[in-house]
Amino acid sequence: MTPAGRPAGDLISPAENTWCPGCGNFSIEHMMKSAIAELSEEERIPIENFVLLGGIGCHGKLVDYLNVNSFYGIHGRSVPAATGIRLANPDLKVICHVGDGDIYAEGLDHLLFAAKRNSDITVIVHDNRVYGLTTGQYTPTSPAGFRGRSTPGGITEHPLNPLEVMLAAGATHIARGYTRKVQHLKGLFKEAIMHRGFSFVDVLQICATYFNLTDYYNEHAYEMKEDEVDTGRFESALGKIREWDYDREAPIPLGTFYSVGKPIYEEEFRALTADRSDRRALVRNVIEEWR
Amino acid sequence: MTEYSVLIGGKAGEGINTAGLSIAGLFSRLGYRTYMYFDYPSLIRGGHNFAIIRASEKAIGAHRTPVDVLLAFDQNSIENHRESIHGGTTVVHDASQVMRGEGYGLPLDAIVKEEKAPPITKNSAMLGALARVAGIGPDVLEDVLRESVPAKHLEANLRVARRGYDAVEGVFTVEPLDGPALPVLTGNEVTGLGLVHGGLDSYVAYPMTPTSNLLHFLAERAEDLSLRVIHPENEISVIMMALGLAYAGERAAVGTAGGGFCLMTEGLSLAGMSEIPVTIVVGQRPGPSTGIPTYTAQTDLHFVLNAGQGEFPRFVVAPGDLAETYSWSATALALSWKYQVPSIILTDKTLAEGACSFDLGAVTMHPDREPELWGGTGEYRRYARIKSGVSPLAFPGRAGTIVKANSYAHDEAGFTTEAAGEVTALQEKMLRKGESLKEELSTYPTVRTYGARDAGRTIVCWGSEKWACIEAAEEFDARVVQPLVLAPFPARAWKEAMIGAGNVVCVENNATGQLARLLRQQGFDPGRSVLKYDGRPFAVDELAARLKEVFA
Repeated sequence: MTPAGRPAGDLISPAENTWCPGCGNFSIEHMMKSAIAELSEEERIPIENFVLLGGIGCHGKLVDYLNVNSFYGIHGRSVPAATGIRLANPDLKVICHVGDGDIYAEGLDHLLFAAKRNSDITVIVHDNRVYGLTTGQYTPTSPAGFRGRSTPGGITEHPLNPLEVMLAAGATHIARGYTRKVQHLKGLFKEAIMHRGFSFVDVLQICATYFNLTDYYNEHAYEMKEDEVDTGRFESALGKIREWDYDREAPIPLGTFYSVGKPIYEEEFRALTADRSDRRALVRNVIEEWR
Repeated sequence: MTEYSVLIGGKAGEGINTAGLSIAGLFSRLGYRTYMYFDYPSLIRGGHNFAIIRASEKAIGAHRTPVDVLLAFDQNSIENHRESIHGGTTVVHDASQVMRGEGYGLPLDAIVKEEKAPPITKNSAMLGALARVAGIGPDVLEDVLRESVPAKHLEANLRVARRGYDAVEGVFTVEPLDGPALPVLTGNEVTGLGLVHGGLDSYVAYPMTPTSNLLHFLAERAEDLSLRVIHPENEISVIMMALGLAYAGERAAVGTAGGGFCLMTEGLSLAGMSEIPVTIVVGQRPGPSTGIPTYTAQTDLHFVLNAGQGEFPRFVVAPGDLAETYSWSATALALSWKYQVPSIILTDKTLAEGACSFDLGAVTMHPDREPELWGGTGEYRRYARIKSGVSPLAFPGRAGTIVKANSYAHDEAGFTTEAAGEVTALQEKMLRKGESLKEELSTYPTVRTYGARDAGRTIVCWGSEKWACIEAAEEFDARVVQPLVLAPFPARAWKEAMIGAGNVVCVENNATGQLARLLRQQGFDPGRSVLKYDGRPFAVDELAARLKEVFA
């Protein structure tokens, strides 16, 4: 293996792919693979310095399908594990692949706190707005009226706008992509991975089996132009983020809404752990002080 | 045996814990071994807090009910402890608070006013009075205050202490001993130090009594110990962060009590399946649910033995005093890494928040154990199924290596699989790891015994009840047998320790006899149970009285 610049094709693992035909996850997988390969080439980041985390759901299988370090975790809990990995090794590029049920339901507290503390990790949400692997129940981003197997009469709740939640929580990089706009999506991935601090990409991903919104997204989604949002201003980002609320019919902006610099959580600990030469001597010193 | 007992009581917020530690420091300065039990309800101000400090010429680890000196800041501190007062007890009380006082009354309000000292210095007046009553010189008193009081408040405290000293008379004389002045440490502090000795890189915890003070202590000393201390949003995050740290190559431990451990169980199970090392300190307190949060119990043994879905090996140790806490905390961390299993250090409020003289020089450490790291030849397989069941470790960031950890059933490389043969092989590999751990433990002191082999009477106990049992046993010439490791259960060592046990009594701080149940599961007769489940540990005299009923 070569540490950098390995052809993207080598990054596909021998694991058998079990996603449904037409699944939006294929786009995410291939664009993630290309993003990693290109960053490795362009930024000289060795392949072994990328770590992918998965939660539980169709999205999580992605970490099996790529020949990259991975931590295939449990439902909703990737984000704190990612923070731990980044704490242990600042050279690693830590990327959480999460599902919308996974992270906005079970894992929301972790997501909010990772944004709040500006943990230097990237969170990519496979937001298909339905539980796929458990066969079609509503999620926190399903639109009102959605009929799922647990809510046959249609849900009466309204969805979260996760971008708005992330902005409020203090995320320093917020973007949205769509699985049918793959080159755009790849650019968003690369930008998010290279962002220093907490980066977040909500990917509108079609579920071919339980909630196929292809026509709807094709009709409404558009790529933002460069001057459409001031990504350094909270108010500007908030206004653009609110253009579509995952519920009512409206144009759906794609791209980066917000990107600012702030101190990184993991780096706050550097001074504390600078000298670890003889920990046992340090223990003896501390005990000696009591005398 | 020369020994002294002092009880100091007052309202929460009056600094009873700190005052108790100063009293222990006073005796420690004179070469005595000390033990402190601290009792407090779950409130910030008011109520009734008290500490019993015992000092002895030999090692101790439990309190007795009768006391030589009672220092009372309020009426409750006398009324609630009538059973501790006897003919020889000297009572010193705050005359500004206690109406129906006995013994010496100190006008503490007037003293602090005249000395222009803050109200918290009243503790120093009591300490001064104790020194005089016990025939301890003012120089020793001053020394102890100099060490425990921050410089800017020292002068005020010294003045107030002197007023307390002058207000009473000498009653008895504590003779200095030859022994060293040992530091007085809590179980939490020693757990933290033991973990660092074992190579801890990060401690992660969410506050919960009785291990909050472990978090506070390590956070306070993080720089001195070159340690990262993290307090995330909840216990689920705590264990997940620890697993992330360990996956990337750093040794991490977490601390909690039963309630927090409930939340950690999914992470525990993940640690089991993904074979990522983690060390968990569980300080027991009475449950179920919130229970009585600031009191003590030995009620989570079966919970920690069985927590998590599925079947995977784990290491569980229950130290009984500071020396065992230090060595086994270091060992628990090392074994969790060597065998890539979760290890649990089971303490309780009595041990975690109680204080005791600590002699690091007398602690017998177990040999250092290092994890097996991947040598770097061939393709790395995270879950290589070698004979011991323990796959060599590698960490992300290593050139040419891909490290795949997985919560699903997985093949040797770490890819998800549901194939019957693979699943069987994976389960058997995990269990083999447990067997390897068990085999290694056969060389460790997993079961401790005290007293003569031919005693014919045996007290079985675990954890913090150890010292009350050792002292109570002396009155019956009984043996004490204490299992330190509870998983994997050291069946052979247990069998050997119990040869000729005779009449067996199993002493525990719970209502159902949890160790007795474990012994029965392992095929051993636990004898009769002596149980206490009011949230308080046994006093030595109280336990002796209960044992008398059984041994008579």
